[in-house]
Amino acid sequence: MTVQKAKTLFEKIWDAHHVADTATGASLIAVDRVFLHERTGAAALKSMAAAKRPVCDPARVFAVMDHIVDTRPGRGDGTLMEGGSAFITETRAAAKAAGITLFDVNDRDQGITHVISPELGIVLPGLTLVAPDSHTCTQGALGALAWGIGSSEAEHAMATGVLRLDRPKTMRVTYRGKLAPGVTAKDMVLALIAANGAGGGAGHVVEFAGEAVRALDIEARMTLCNMATEFAAMTGIIAPDARTFEYLADRRYAPENFDEPYWHTLRTDDGARFDREIEIDAAALAPMVSWGTSPEHAMPVDGTVPQGPPRAHDYIGLDAGAPLLGTPIDVAFIGSCTNARISDLRRAAAMLKGRHIAPSIRKALVVPGSSAVKRAAEAEGLDAIFTAAGFEWRASGCSLCFFAGGESFPEGSRTVSSTNRNFEGRQGPGIRTHIASPETVVASAIAGMIADPRELLVGN
Amino acid sequence: MTPFIILSSRAAPLLRDNVDTDAIIPSREMKSTGRTGLADGLFAPWRYLDAAARTPDPEFSLNRPEASGAQILLGGANFGCGSSREHAVWALAEYGMRCVIAPSFAPIFRANCIRNGLLPVTLPEAAIAPMAWQAITVDLPAQEVRCADAVHRFEIEPEPREMLLEGLDAIDLTLKSLPAIEDWTSLDRKARPWVYLERTQ
Ligand code: SF4
Repeated sequence: MTVQKAKTLFEKIWDAHHVADTATGASLIAVDRVFLHERTGAAALKSMAAAKRPVCDPARVFAVMDHIVDTRPGRGDGTLMEGGSAFITETRAAAKAAGITLFDVNDRDQGITHVISPELGIVLPGLTLVAPDSHTCTQGALGALAWGIGSSEAEHAMATGVLRLDRPKTMRVTYRGKLAPGVTAKDMVLALIAANGAGGGAGHVVEFAGEAVRALDIEARMTLCNMATEFAAMTGIIAPDARTFEYLADRRYAPENFDEPYWHTLRTDDGARFDREIEIDAAALAPMVSWGTSPEHAMPVDGTVPQGPPRAHDYIGLDAGAPLLGTPIDVAFIGSCTNARISDLRRAAAMLKGRHIAPSIRKALVVPGSSAVKRAAEAEGLDAIFTAAGFEWRASGCSLCFFAGGESFPEGSRTVSSTNRNFEGRQGPGIRTHIASPETVVASAIAGMIADPRELLVGN
Repeated sequence: MTPFIILSSRAAPLLRDNVDTDAIIPSREMKSTGRTGLADGLFAPWRYLDAAARTPDPEFSLNRPEASGAQILLGGANFGCGSSREHAVWALAEYGMRCVIAPSFAPIFRANCIRNGLLPVTLPEAAIAPMAWQAITVDLPAQEVRCADAVHRFEIEPEPREMLLEGLDAIDLTLKSLPAIEDWTSLDRKARPWVYLERTQ
């Protein structure tokens, strides 16, 4: 009997997709699914059409309108961003011409790419999936190798069914112990990036493992994998388990069942070696908030601002040594592919019930991650809780996650946001973004200043 | 694609860590679905005092007279992080940049550079800082950057090296392997039938 080498989950998926070696020793890796959105998708499809290159298997290519689509009620093709409509109409025309599946502006299944792909069972354990969007790593939570690429690579994958890749390195991040109440997957990933730097995962596929990861529901696992790109990793991945298969059962594009033994081989073998291992004590984690202009500028909400690059302190208007708690905020945002699934909205609504946002808040907004999430939330009456508390309730899309929504605030405005990026200008010129969990956004909206969500839990 | 072999140029420094693609080309500067018309929006938030009026900030590196004609940009760690937008690379290329030298790159940005004929060179910070405003030579066949008397060797995998040296179009190259891809796919259809969807629309 031959003894099989112990393999990581990543290695199993990579090897199963290895079509051939290139002349220079890289690999042609088969791509099972491609997902496009209107911000970068039309460019890829149009350029393929101009080169007269057809999409090799249109049934495995999907597109959706999520980035610049309006999220105000009664939306059409108009966008708040000047000239944005062209992205929508051109994506629609290009998708139709290419024969791919499009989830259009007001389609029932419309939503943020990385929210609807799992919802519809388009992403599956063991698949390779790429999209010209950096947060494609979110979908690694289902046990797929899913990663973000550029437009040219998207064209390459659509035209040839493969990508030319050098094999990435592997890293395992093990979260030991149990999370404390009020601490979430968002805090787990922010703590990882704060401790190891925004470039800490460069060149690696990161497998998230350990007791605290196993304990997360599938949606929280997506939050964790979502920010693998903020760690500069190629992607994040979590081995599928009973919860994963249960989540995917009956989803539209998923297989009828997961009975075949194959599905249960999708895990890292005992004794498999990673190029790098990081361990984190999950029980010691606190709610995390970013203080600066990189996701690595994150800290426990009840700490004091550390010394960072002077540029970051200037932009954000907070000096080293200052507490974050009590910093007045102008805007509260719950949305994005990081934290706008139904479980996020349920937890946020549970904290808001019977409470109201502070009068000093200029705007508080909830934007569901998908149209399906919106319907589910409305069926449960969550929208009524949000609006009674002073939040605006929107249609699904990326919205305030980035500035192309066209909606912003006066320079220097401070937002607490359940999103994934706090770069200079990410939410508009001069906007100061603090990224945090939905719980922390809610606690801060109620207080009118950055607040610790654990205090509300005590009061509950 | 224009091959990249040897390039001699002055190097313009932007020595900040975590320069993200929103800063390289802000979303509002991506005005069409095409790949052109982006150079004017390159680094708009930093390059202009007033982005709308296009008033240049004289302090910004690329606005200094010495930067004129520079084809090499020096960056900080994790250069090109953030959004996958290839527009960041298209904007740099349209502006005239052919090479970025940084201590590390975000992976999607780096791959986008290679697909567009821009050479990403990884060197330690200590080697990069003294190159600011110097005339330097980037030699891809030798995998060296030469600056005055200093010679710095850099690593690059054989695949991207070849693509850049030859100015190859990756899709054309891969399409030559189409028979192998088709053979693989027909076997895979039997092994993993759930991957292969029927058209639903
Ligand atoms: S929600 Fe934000 S991070 Fe996610 S896909 Fe949209 S713009 Fe990107």
